[in-house]
Amino acid sequence: MFFVNKYRSMMITLSIVAIVCLMITSPGIAASDKKPYKIGGIFAVTGPASFLGDPEKKSMEMVIEQINADGGIDGHMLEAVIYDTEGDPSKAVMSVNKLINKDNVIAIVGPSTTPATLAVMPIVQRSQIPFISCAAGNKIVEPITPWVFKTAQSDIQAVATIYKTLQSKNIKKISIISVNNAFGESGKEQLLAQAPDFGLTIAKSETFGAKDTDMTAQLTKIRQDNPEAIVCWGTNPGPAVVAKNLQQLGLDIPLYQSHGVASPKFIELAGAAAEGIMLPTGKILVADLLPDSDPQKAVLLDYINDYEKKYDASVSGFGGYAFDGVKILAGALKNSDGDKEKIRKAIENTKNYVGISGIFNFSPTDHNGLSPEAFVMVRIADGTWELME
Amino acid sequence: MQEMLQYLFSGITNGAIYAVIAIGFSMLYNSTDLINFAHGEFVMLGALCMVTFFGTLHLPIVLAILLAIASVAVAGLVFERLAIRSVKNPEPIVLIIITVGASIFLRGIGMILWGKDAHTIASFSSHPPLDIAGAKLLSQSIWIIVILLLTAVGLQLFYKKTLTGKAMEANAISKRAAWIVGIPSKLMIMLAFGLSTAMGGLAGVIIAPITMSSYDMGTMLGLKGFCAAMLGGLGSLWGALIGGFLLGILEAMGVGFVSSGLKDATAFLLLLFILYVKPGGIISSASVKRF
Repeated sequence: MFFVNKYRSMMITLSIVAIVCLMITSPGIAASDKKPYKIGGIFAVTGPASFLGDPEKKSMEMVIEQINADGGIDGHMLEAVIYDTEGDPSKAVMSVNKLINKDNVIAIVGPSTTPATLAVMPIVQRSQIPFISCAAGNKIVEPITPWVFKTAQSDIQAVATIYKTLQSKNIKKISIISVNNAFGESGKEQLLAQAPDFGLTIAKSETFGAKDTDMTAQLTKIRQDNPEAIVCWGTNPGPAVVAKNLQQLGLDIPLYQSHGVASPKFIELAGAAAEGIMLPTGKILVADLLPDSDPQKAVLLDYINDYEKKYDASVSGFGGYAFDGVKILAGALKNSDGDKEKIRKAIENTKNYVGISGIFNFSPTDHNGLSPEAFVMVRIADGTWELME
Repeated sequence: MQEMLQYLFSGITNGAIYAVIAIGFSMLYNSTDLINFAHGEFVMLGALCMVTFFGTLHLPIVLAILLAIASVAVAGLVFERLAIRSVKNPEPIVLIIITVGASIFLRGIGMILWGKDAHTIASFSSHPPLDIAGAKLLSQSIWIIVILLLTAVGLQLFYKKTLTGKAMEANAISKRAAWIVGIPSKLMIMLAFGLSTAMGGLAGVIIAPITMSSYDMGTMLGLKGFCAAMLGGLGSLWGALIGGFLLGILEAMGVGFVSSGLKDATAFLLLLFILYVKPGGIISSASVKRF
């Protein structure tokens, strides 16, 4: 009895506090035009996924600074509230709840990883808040959830880009070797699903552990069918071991890698075995090699310049996801008066936004907005990248 | 046939690495009845020290190998002095939990010192792979097997022929009896720690050229080495060798003839089966239980 009473009185006190707070703040929103728009950011700034989250956070801060320097949006300044998820889905959920309930943000950019995004999607859907994820998984936008968008390229586009190249080389029979984690599984799924569309047959589909030290057994098995090409799907360091083993076995089969290893680190790890390997990559890796006619070139060079000047660190492709996210959101905020449904609609109707990860054309049936042209194929030659075709 | 041979080579290479790790487990278990779950982390330290000494500082290869092994052994001794010997109530379970804690700590140290990225170094020698009936045997594989065999023979001689080795063995058989005849027990345990972690370091050194070394590589290698030691019979030098090779070859055959997705499962299922039939491991009779 005592506890119930105590609890009830506490609830009443809290309710009063809440009501008072509401009364104090709500006229403010209505009355003042120049109140800043608060945007939430949740990134894996530390932890194992910090290679994604750290550049994303920096890019978000940079682009918001730039927008504010240009006078904000319709006179409203942008204000970022950024939390660190440490790559942990449960921390992402807590952060999103805090952003929505405590910070009252009008939209959220992030998180960095697919599991964290999937964990927070039900909340943003229920709270009806525009949400732009920086993670790559297809499941984020398939099936479409009205309030959820994403800016990172998907495996779908990467696979299509590789397969187009294979088709142009008149290759019919390939084998796959993929890492047995979420990234590899999702890639394998797409590789198997899209193969018939490009007239390809898959002779074998092998896997390897992310920490495996030797893949010669898998490659030996693949060799039996004499495939015309091998597609390897994984993130460092596994694919570098595959490249080395392939060379050591003396197999003369062209090797294609995924965008998961599109970084100078891969060339360093695979060394001489990297020569001749082909892979799809976002254009940021080869921005200076792009022809001047490429509409993304100017945007990319500006971003790389600004980022490297501001943070004195070399740019990575991942920060671009957050950069695009905030830019698209900023475009949608124009003339929205901070109305969430209007923002959502505006994001959904964004067309021809030229960003870091590609040219975005959103629609009610496409919440990623990218086409395979977001990727370019590169070949590794003399320890550096070279554009194909 | 050619495929079969290639699987065998792949299995022998991995198996030799598992065997070196298993020897480290067995050696320490012999002298202290302790399973060191941080052993895999010492393998990681060995590999990353090798990356620094050989890959970054470009020291001569023999010097780099010795320095890397010595650094790991010193780390092992410091670990024994600070974390193991200072325990007031050295129950086995307490010590095992301490080694688990140490493994997390060492992984953190590895991440801070060498970063989160993977590293690679060149092979010990740059000979092209040997072609045997169409299957390729890497020069590094030959290095690994030769080093393993030399180490095993060396250890056998050390335990059977030298006074220190005999003293260690005596201490392992009965601490009390060894103490009565004047063998300094603490020193022997320290030596066992040093040698065991040096074996871990050696495993790291020989594996560094064929794979990518990173701060989180140790856990899985440690686990595989532990399995190999269990499979062969914990506490036996030759058991560790047999267990290591058996596990490596089974894994490779599992990939070749069953499925690469079931690689670890095939090996571990067989481990379960062997332990069910022979709970003490393949070599487990009392006479060969100790080194």
